[in-house]
Amino acid sequence: MDPDSNDIVQAKAIGKQVSSPEGSLTILADINLSIKRSESLAVIGVSGSGKSTLLGLLAGLDTPTSGKVILDGTILNDLDEDGRSQIRNQSVGFVFQSFHLLPGLTALENTALPLELAGSEQSDEIARQRLADVGLNERIHHYPDQLSGGEQQRVAIARAFACNPKILFADEPTGNLDKKTAQRIIDLMFKMNKNNGTTLVLVTHDDALASLCDRKVIMTGGQIINDMK
Amino acid sequence: MNTFKFAFSGLKRDWYSGELRLIGISILIAVACLSSINFFTDRVKRGTQQQATELLAADLVLISSKKIQSKYIDAGEAAALIISLNESFRSVVVKNDKLELAEVKAVDSSYPIRGYLRTSDNLFGEEQVNDSIPSRGSAWIDSRLLQALQVEIGESINLGASELIVEKILTYEPDRGGDLFNIAPRLMMNRADLDETKLVLPGSRIQYRLLLGGKSEKIDAYREQVNIEDDDHLRVQGIKDARPEIKSALERAEQFLGLAALVSIALAGLAIAMSAKRFAIRHYDNCAIMRCLGLQQGQITQIYFFQLMLLGLICSFIGCLLGFFAQEVLNQMLIGMTQQPLPAPSWRPVLSGLFTGLITVLAFALPQLVRLRKISPLRVLRKDLSPVPLNNYAIYALAIIALALLSPWQSGNINLTLYTVAGLFLTAIVLALSAKMMIKLLKQLQPRLKMAARYGLANVTRRSNQSIMQITAIGIGVTVILLLTLVRTDLLEGWQNRLPDDAPNYFLINIQPKQVSGIKAQLSASLDTDIELHPMIRGRLIKVNDNVINPNDYKDPRANRLATREFNLSYSDKMQRDNRLVAGKWWHLDDSSKNYFSVEEGIAETLGISMGDQLTYSIAGQDIVGEVINLRWVEWDSFNVNFFVVSNTAALDSYPSTFISSLFIPDAKRAMLTNLVKQYPSITIFDIDAILTQVRAIMNQVIRTIEFVFIFTVLTGIAVLFAALQSTHDERTHESALMSALGASHKQIVSGLIAEFMFLGVITGILSAIAASLIEMALAEYVFKMDIIINPLIWLIAPLICCLIIVLTGLFGTRKVLTSSPILVLRKT
Ligand SMILES: Nc1ncnc2c1ncn2[C@@H]1O[C@H](COP(=O)(O)OP(=O)(O)OP(=O)(O)O)[C@@H](O)[C@H]1O
Ligand SMILES: [Mg+2]
Repeated sequence: MDPDSNDIVQAKAIGKQVSSPEGSLTILADINLSIKRSESLAVIGVSGSGKSTLLGLLAGLDTPTSGKVILDGTILNDLDEDGRSQIRNQSVGFVFQSFHLLPGLTALENTALPLELAGSEQSDEIARQRLADVGLNERIHHYPDQLSGGEQQRVAIARAFACNPKILFADEPTGNLDKKTAQRIIDLMFKMNKNNGTTLVLVTHDDALASLCDRKVIMTGGQIINDMK
Repeated sequence: MNTFKFAFSGLKRDWYSGELRLIGISILIAVACLSSINFFTDRVKRGTQQQATELLAADLVLISSKKIQSKYIDAGEAAALIISLNESFRSVVVKNDKLELAEVKAVDSSYPIRGYLRTSDNLFGEEQVNDSIPSRGSAWIDSRLLQALQVEIGESINLGASELIVEKILTYEPDRGGDLFNIAPRLMMNRADLDETKLVLPGSRIQYRLLLGGKSEKIDAYREQVNIEDDDHLRVQGIKDARPEIKSALERAEQFLGLAALVSIALAGLAIAMSAKRFAIRHYDNCAIMRCLGLQQGQITQIYFFQLMLLGLICSFIGCLLGFFAQEVLNQMLIGMTQQPLPAPSWRPVLSGLFTGLITVLAFALPQLVRLRKISPLRVLRKDLSPVPLNNYAIYALAIIALALLSPWQSGNINLTLYTVAGLFLTAIVLALSAKMMIKLLKQLQPRLKMAARYGLANVTRRSNQSIMQITAIGIGVTVILLLTLVRTDLLEGWQNRLPDDAPNYFLINIQPKQVSGIKAQLSASLDTDIELHPMIRGRLIKVNDNVINPNDYKDPRANRLATREFNLSYSDKMQRDNRLVAGKWWHLDDSSKNYFSVEEGIAETLGISMGDQLTYSIAGQDIVGEVINLRWVEWDSFNVNFFVVSNTAALDSYPSTFISSLFIPDAKRAMLTNLVKQYPSITIFDIDAILTQVRAIMNQVIRTIEFVFIFTVLTGIAVLFAALQSTHDERTHESALMSALGASHKQIVSGLIAEFMFLGVITGILSAIAASLIEMALAEYVFKMDIIINPLIWLIAPLICCLIIVLTGLFGTRKVLTSSPILVLRKT
């Protein structure tokens, strides 16, 4: 409850059920998880085990059907869509497997967007700085389809860090990239994690990436079966 | 965050995506169409109002059988209105041994306040426009009086106690119109000479007129202030009582144009809705990402709302500008057709244009975009999450409400709107159902086709829902285009033919029964056609069944007037050619056993008369009873003689009657009229050429306007077509890229696409041709009441044009796949 608590995220007995033609389907069951500030955590597991679902719940993109999620001292269940939007804007960054840049905006505009949403006065300067941080200061006026996959993902990282989030969620951030490029992306994320004290929550199939994390959580069939420091 | 700024930059970015452009263009065309109509009809209306005031020679006329009370004159002077007084009466004019009864009018120097007098210096000589009146001691007389008295210009004539010099021949006087049936030749004199004639005595029948001129607000204020309506001795004529023939032509024109505008808006709405839907679908991902980054639902709505408003405003404004230029072009085209230049355009249509543009875009596009707020941010993780589909009924309801809201400005007629909208919906449903059936049938054909054709047909049947949607939307567009191009010609020609070049331009009245055969023979011989003379009997309706007519039973002032007045009945064995039966049957030629009546449907409704009623008329002191066995529709603007009530010959031919005829006399043969008058001095000949010319000019104006405005409606039809094809462009592009990647050659892909588009085109073309023909028949039968023959060309042209347009726009839409490598296309998704 306390924003100064050591845990940035707490999941208390969360479950997710969806209705399907064959009746109600349980995707996540009774998950308890606490993530400390500045910690880096990898979620691993086979396809369909519920990793993305869990990530979505922790990040406040979705609401659990049971249990509650506390993000940076706020109970997400109590908020409406707009309340969660605000939390996402202030405290959370995202990086996805398929980059998810806005195709109509340049690299700079994409990076500045969350800053503008937050009402920042210096969105332009900060965005330029973030893009410089990921080594793209030459390409700021390019549109996503003029950038390679790796470059797009770097823009996504610059955007994710634009508002100095307290926690970064990444769903298979290197899934679509070759080894070498993936390594650069990983290095970048961890550098940001170190420099800013950002908490990292990664869903990945990549053992090398997982092994860099402070902690690993293994999922099967919608449940956490192993939690290793 | 500044959502407005974001919306604005978003608008600039998305402009190139196609959908926004189509939304924008649709608004632009619809508003241009509407505002050009509004600009122009506004001008024409004010123009005809000017012409109508000309027919009064003033803006307001008070007519009295007593001297006009000074309070009316004083009030007019106090309100700074232009004032003119005149007196008119009948008196005998004498020249040597010749006597002639004339209609004398004594005018003052302000006469006429509106319009001009026209005169000439010799018989049938050139006309001049005059802005003076007869000078003291002189008279202007018309050609009939000149001929009857055998007087020359410069000679003197006697009127009462005074002698007047004939100064000019009066050829035109704006407010001559008056009573068609009691017309005597004219003598116009200076009012200052009136007393000297000693004709104004107590008891003499004089009509006093006070003419007033001024701005319409002032006139209205005056009318209210002096309470004219309460004065029993006064009759008032304002411009609202314009000539019925012109009013009827104008009203029809406005309906035509209103219909065009309405259809144009509805089509634009369809195009907008389709484009907006695709726009929304393309923005699902963007919205999910933005929601993920913290954009709130309200902000999403705001952004799209601003975008639409902005787009709506900009495009409506450009549309208005375009409309303004278009109506100016129209005005230039019509110069010379109107007797005087139209008044300058007013700015009111801009407001209605902007309003319409905004309402249209909001009603048709906003519902599609409002859904975007419901996008779950979770979509960034799970692609398949789409917002709940819209409630279709709600969308239709909104569309209808919007159109109903906009219609009063267009047709001014809610029924017309409802019929149009219902017609469009019905057409859509029928098109969709027949498209479905046709696709099912074609599917049977599929296995028997060759490569490209099979691939094309497979695409049509596989995407059957989308195909049906496309066929329906394009079909509606094409149906409207067909109606407006092929069918328009039929309808407009039909209308124009009602007032052919040889429409009657003279009325002959007061023909005595014994003169009938002589006049008929003489006219038929010199005009070389059969002339019909219609008997006319004055009668008063006194009973409907057993109910005695009491004027006070009729609240409607028109009904009240009709019930109190004697009016003209006629008898005939045959129905007149320009009438149509709407109920019952015409009587048999030889059935003289009973009395039958045929009643015009309008007056039947006003007076509450229905089929089978027994009517009792009082004619020359006798009562005659007959049964109503049919109701007729009468084309009043044909200028033929027509009667509200006609009986069979046996019923009325024994009553005192006079005969009347309307006939066309070409310019070259006018002289014969003088002979006719000499031979039969008691008949009166009435010239309606002036009014005929005016009605014809208005009709031509209207037809040109309609043809011009229809161009816009056709353009909105094309916008619908684009929108419908665009909705599957992405999918087609992607599929074609995939095919290409799998090794299909360009030629194979293109011929497959062409085959697909051709199937769509043929189906759409055939269905639209059927729809257009049916609608045309319905319109001709129920709205315009005329016979037309469906142009057979429609069956050839419709499928051909549809194929051509769909293939061309379809290939244009998928050109990306033909011009760039498939990798680029595939990488984008
Ligand atoms: N809204 C939903 N409706 C139905 N099934 C769902 C829904 N959301 C998730 N699922 C199902 O829940 C299971 C877990 O999905 P999730 O996307 O979390 O798996 P994942 O571990 O991320 O798999 P991957 O590694 O392939 O991305 C899957 O079987 C998925 O089909
Ligand atoms: Mg996943």
